[in-house]
Amino acid sequence: MKCSEFLNELTNYLDGALDDRTKAELEDHLAWCHNCYVVCDTTKKTIEIYRDSQLYELPDDLRSRLRTAIVSKCHARKKTGPQEV
Amino acid sequence: MSAIEKVSEPVSDELALVQSAKGGDVGAFEELVRRYDRNVFRIAQHITQNREDAEDVVQDAFLKAYSNLEQFQGQSKFYTWLVRIAVNEALMKLRRRRPERTVSLDEEVKTEEDSLPREVADWSPNPEQQYTQAELRDILARTIQGLPPSFRTVFVLRDVEGLSTEETADALELSIPAVKSRLLRARLQLRDRLSRYFQKRESGDGKQ
Repeated sequence: MKCSEFLNELTNYLDGALDDRTKAELEDHLAWCHNCYVVCDTTKKTIEIYRDSQLYELPDDLRSRLRTAIVSKCHARKKTGPQEV
Repeated sequence: MSAIEKVSEPVSDELALVQSAKGGDVGAFEELVRRYDRNVFRIAQHITQNREDAEDVVQDAFLKAYSNLEQFQGQSKFYTWLVRIAVNEALMKLRRRRPERTVSLDEEVKTEEDSLPREVADWSPNPEQQYTQAELRDILARTIQGLPPSFRTVFVLRDVEGLSTEETADALELSIPAVKSRLLRARLQLRDRLSRYFQKRESGDGKQ
């Protein structure tokens, strides 16, 4: 497997979507190609950091304000019937 | 363990809530809001990069969903249907704010960062621990902001919110190969940009 082929399969590899044979070829490549090993490892880390980051959490006070507004507009809409937003 | 709760409610329970809401039960719809408001807010803020716009998107997306519940036929999950509405609302906000730039999920963006770099710098072990929580959030927000909207939307749905490739394709009305291609490029570009902050240093503590 060449580095460019590894790159094409990287997303499928990280998502566990490769067949056994391609996965074995890719892991064989990673065993000797340090660059690809680092790209694979740090891409995985990138995903984990974003997933665990709690970036843009909805604060409780805002959450409750938004929900109250949505529910009251839903009640108003129920009285007047469906309409385009 | 992930700090972000994943959407894993039983589908049958959810369909019952949707049915009740269709019948005019606002309480059932409120439960759906409670279930997904945090997800919609995160997605909206990732796309719009603006707090006020994200708040508007949460309200507009849920109200639009409520008004159009009859159109939800149950072929996809309610959440995927809701995400589709929210993404469209968020993109509209972005277009209004940046009228000089066309914002489309179909845009083809070619960048030099797509090719495999020749010299790849390894990261320090546990690189995120070099920064405080606030510093780290700032780095992550600034880094993802630099991505084209079509890339960051796919990344957020797939990797942050945990939608499957098929659900992401469904929510964004893209083909599966298009989702995979954007996801790969988004992941590689983020990795490359984060390396500035996380790569191993010859000396010092790794901070810039």
